[in-house]
Amino acid sequence: MHPVHEPLRRGQALLSRYAESTVWLARYMERIENLARIIDVTDTFTRTGTGENDWRSVVQINADEERFFAGRSEADVASVAEFYILDRENPNSIASLIQVARENARTLRPLISTEMWTHLNMMHKWVRGLTRSDIRPSQLSTLCTRLKQECQTHYGITEGTFYRDQGWYFYVIGKYLERGNQTTRLVDIKYHTLLPRDAEVGSQVDMSQWSAVLRSAAAYHAYRRMMPRSLAPAAVAGFLLLNNAFPRSLVLTLRQVNWALSQLRTDYGLRRGGNALERMDELRASLADQTIEEIILRGLHEFLDWVQMQLHHIHDEIAEAFWAVIPAPAEPASGTAIAASASQIIGGGGMSQTLGGMTQVIGVTNQIDPNDSTEPPEPIQT
Amino acid sequence: MSGAASGSGLFQSYGNPRFFCEIMNAIGPEDPTVALVRDRLRAFDEDELRRRASAAEAELYNLGITFTVYSERDSIDRILPFDLIPRILTAAEWDVVERGVVQRVTAINQFLWDIYHDQKILKDGVLPRDLVLGNSNFRPEMMGLDVPLGVYVHVNGTDIVRDDQGRFLVLEDNARTPSGVSYVIENRHMMLRVLPDLVAGLRIRGVDEYGVRLQQAMAAMAPEHVPDPQVVLLSPGIYNAAYFEHVFLAREMGVPLVEGRDLVVEDARVYMRTIAGLRPVHAIYRRLNDDFLDPDVFRPDSQLGVRGLVDAWRRGNVAIANAVGTGVADDKAIYAYMPRIIKYYLDQDPILDNVQTNICREADGLQYTLDNLETLVVKPVGESGGYGLIIGPHASKTELDAFRSKLKADPANYISQPVINLSTAPTLCEDGVQARHVDLRPFAITGQSTWVLPGGLSRVALKKGSLVVNSSQGGGSKDTWVLQS
Repeated sequence: MHPVHEPLRRGQALLSRYAESTVWLARYMERIENLARIIDVTDTFTRTGTGENDWRSVVQINADEERFFAGRSEADVASVAEFYILDRENPNSIASLIQVARENARTLRPLISTEMWTHLNMMHKWVRGLTRSDIRPSQLSTLCTRLKQECQTHYGITEGTFYRDQGWYFYVIGKYLERGNQTTRLVDIKYHTLLPRDAEVGSQVDMSQWSAVLRSAAAYHAYRRMMPRSLAPAAVAGFLLLNNAFPRSLVLTLRQVNWALSQLRTDYGLRRGGNALERMDELRASLADQTIEEIILRGLHEFLDWVQMQLHHIHDEIAEAFWAVIPAPAEPASGTAIAASASQIIGGGGMSQTLGGMTQVIGVTNQIDPNDSTEPPEPIQT
Repeated sequence: MSGAASGSGLFQSYGNPRFFCEIMNAIGPEDPTVALVRDRLRAFDEDELRRRASAAEAELYNLGITFTVYSERDSIDRILPFDLIPRILTAAEWDVVERGVVQRVTAINQFLWDIYHDQKILKDGVLPRDLVLGNSNFRPEMMGLDVPLGVYVHVNGTDIVRDDQGRFLVLEDNARTPSGVSYVIENRHMMLRVLPDLVAGLRIRGVDEYGVRLQQAMAAMAPEHVPDPQVVLLSPGIYNAAYFEHVFLAREMGVPLVEGRDLVVEDARVYMRTIAGLRPVHAIYRRLNDDFLDPDVFRPDSQLGVRGLVDAWRRGNVAIANAVGTGVADDKAIYAYMPRIIKYYLDQDPILDNVQTNICREADGLQYTLDNLETLVVKPVGESGGYGLIIGPHASKTELDAFRSKLKADPANYISQPVINLSTAPTLCEDGVQARHVDLRPFAITGQSTWVLPGGLSRVALKKGSLVVNSSQGGGSKDTWVLQS
C-alpha cells in the first residue's frame, strides 16, 4: 500500500521469480519472430531457385543438426517447416516456444496486463491448432507473416500496457539479448554459406541472396538508404552488426540491454547488476574499436562465436545477480502426469553449445495439493 | 407463494416449475424488479441469447478464466460454464442470508478459539470429546496459539440451498480455503458486457470491493508494530487447478502472488526473495492446505510450503489466513452440531437452519435413519467429495441392506439428511430454457468484523434433474444479483 505520489523506486521490489520469467517471456517471443523471419526468407530464397543448402542452413543457424537429422535424412521445405513450426518434440519449434512463453506468462499473470495475457493466450491457441495444411509451400509465407504480426502485436500491447517498473527493464533485457543473439547467428551462418567463392564475387546470385538476408532482418530499405551504392557481403554484415540506428543490429541491441541494466542500477539502486554491466562494457568497447573489415580479417566466425559467448555470460551474470537460489534437491513429484508435462517444458540446458539457443531451466514445483481445486468436489445434495 | 404466468416468449419451454423457482416464485409479494427482469427475459429471442452465450464462452477462453488440466503431452483449458440468466435475490432475501452467514462465521470463530484453548464446550458436554479431539482435522499444534483478533476463519464460504418452500438452509460450511469467489466477480463483468440490455437501469449491489476488503482484513491482522504491512498470496503455483483464482485475488488485492519457494524464514521471520534481496512479509493469504504449509510441522515431503513458517506465525511475526486447523469446524460431523454451537456461544437461535440432520451416534438419530433409509441421504462424516454416501431413493434394496449393516457397525461415522427438493432457476439448455437446480455460496471476510460479499457463487446443475453442481459433472454458474432495497 504505497501512496501513488511516491517515486517508483520506493515501490515493491520485484519477486526474483517474476524477473526470471519476464526475461524468458521476452526471449521466447523474440525467438518466435526471428524463426518466422528466417523461414520466410529461406522460402523466398529457394523459390528464386538457388542453393540447395538453404534449408539446411536454417537448421545450422539454430545449431539443431543433431536433433533434426536424428529423425530426418533431408532438410527441405517440408521437413524444416514441420520441425520449426509444428514439431512439439522440438523445444525450438514455434509450437514449443509459444507453449513455454505462455507458461511464463501464466506465472507472470499477476504482473502483466490483462491485454498482454489475453493476446498471448489467443496466439497460443492459434499456434497450437496449426496443422500440416497450414505449412504447405503455398501457405508458408502467409503463415510466417501472421506469426511475425502476432509477435509484433505482443510487443505493441506490451509497450502500451506494461507497467514501467523493474519488470519492464527485465523485459527489455530479455528481448534485446535474444535479438542480439539472433542477429549474430544470422550473420554467422549466412556469411559463410554465402561467402563469395572466386568466380561468384559480385555476381547476380550473390546480390539477391544478400538482399534476402537483409530482408529477413527487415533491414533492406534501411540499408539501401544508408549504403545506396554497395551490396557487398562485408558491408551487409557490417550493417547488421555495427549500425547504431538499425533496430536489429547487434550494437543497438547491446545499447538497449545496457540501458535497462543501468536504469535498474540508478532508479532502483540495484547494484547487483554490476558484473553484467562490466561484461557489457567490455563487449561494447570491442565492437566500437573495430571496423567490419578488421573483424573479417581476424575471423568473423571466431568473433561472432565470442560475442555469443559474451551474451550467454551476460545472461548468466544477470541470473546470478537477480534470481539465483541454491536449489533444493529435487524430489520425485507425486503427480506423475504432471511431472511428464513439466519435463517437456524444461527442455535441455543448452548452455554448453555456443550456437544453441539458451533454454530456460524451470524449477517448477509440480506437487499437487489434492484438496485445493477450482471448486469444491461436492454435489449439492451429498 | 405467488406464481406468475411463465410459458411464453423465452420461457415457452419452461412450463410450470415443479420446485421452488428462483425467478417465478416469491415468498410474499413479488419484488417489482424481479418481475421487470422476467419481462425483459421473456422478450428475448432464444437464438439471440444463444449468440450472446457463445460470445461469453469464447471470451472466457480468451481471457483465460479457465482451469488447466494437464495430461502427459499437453494441457487443456476448461471453463466453468456460465449461464446467462441471472439468479436474483431480493434485498429481504439477502438480509436473511447475510445475517445468517455472519452469525455462523462468528460462532465458528468462537468455537475454534475455544477448542484450541480452554475447550469449555467439551467440558460442558455440548459436543462429544472424541468428535473434536479425534477428528483428523483437529490440529494439536494449534493448542494455545493466540491468533490475531481471535480470527481463525478470515475467508469463509457457506453452501446454502433453498427447499420447496423457498427457505434458505445451510448445507455445508467451507472454512479452510473456499474457492469460487473469482467467478462471482468475473460473472458480473461478463454479464455487464454481454447482456447490458438486461441490466440497464437496475439497482444491483456491486461485487467489486472484495479485493479491497480482503486486503484490509489481511492488513488488520498483521503484526501491530508494522505500519505498512506486506501482504502476499501463497499459491501452490501454475499447476494448481485454482491458479486462475489465485492470480485474480492477488491482482484484486494488489499483492504479490508467491509460491513456497519464493519465501524463506530466517530468525523466525518470513521474507520473500526479490531482485533486491530478501524483503519482509507480514501477512499471508494462503491457498495451500494445512498439510503442505510447513514441512517442519506437517507433511515433511511438502515442496509447496515454507520451512519454519508455523514457528514464525506462533511467535507473532507473521499472520496467516485462514489459520491452521479450521477444518475441524467445517467437518460434516461438526456440522450436525452447528445449531447447538451457535446457541452455546451466541445464545441465539440460528438465523439459517441446517438441513435437518440425524446424528447416528445418538440413539434416536440412528433409529430414525434405519427406519427411513430409503428416503434419506446418509453420509460418512470423515470423508469429503461425496465418497461412501448413499442416496436412499436412488439405491436398490440390496444396496440399502448392505448399507444398513455398515451403519449399525459404526453409527458414529454417519449422519443422515432428507433429500431436499432444491430450488431451481431458469437456465438456457439445449432444448430451450429449462428449470435447473441451483445452490448458493456466499463469501464472508472477517477481520475486525465480518463482511459478506453481496450475492455469492450460484452453481447450477446443467443436467436435467441433477443435483450435482460441480463442473466435472455438468455444473455451471450464474451471475447472482442482490437487489438494492
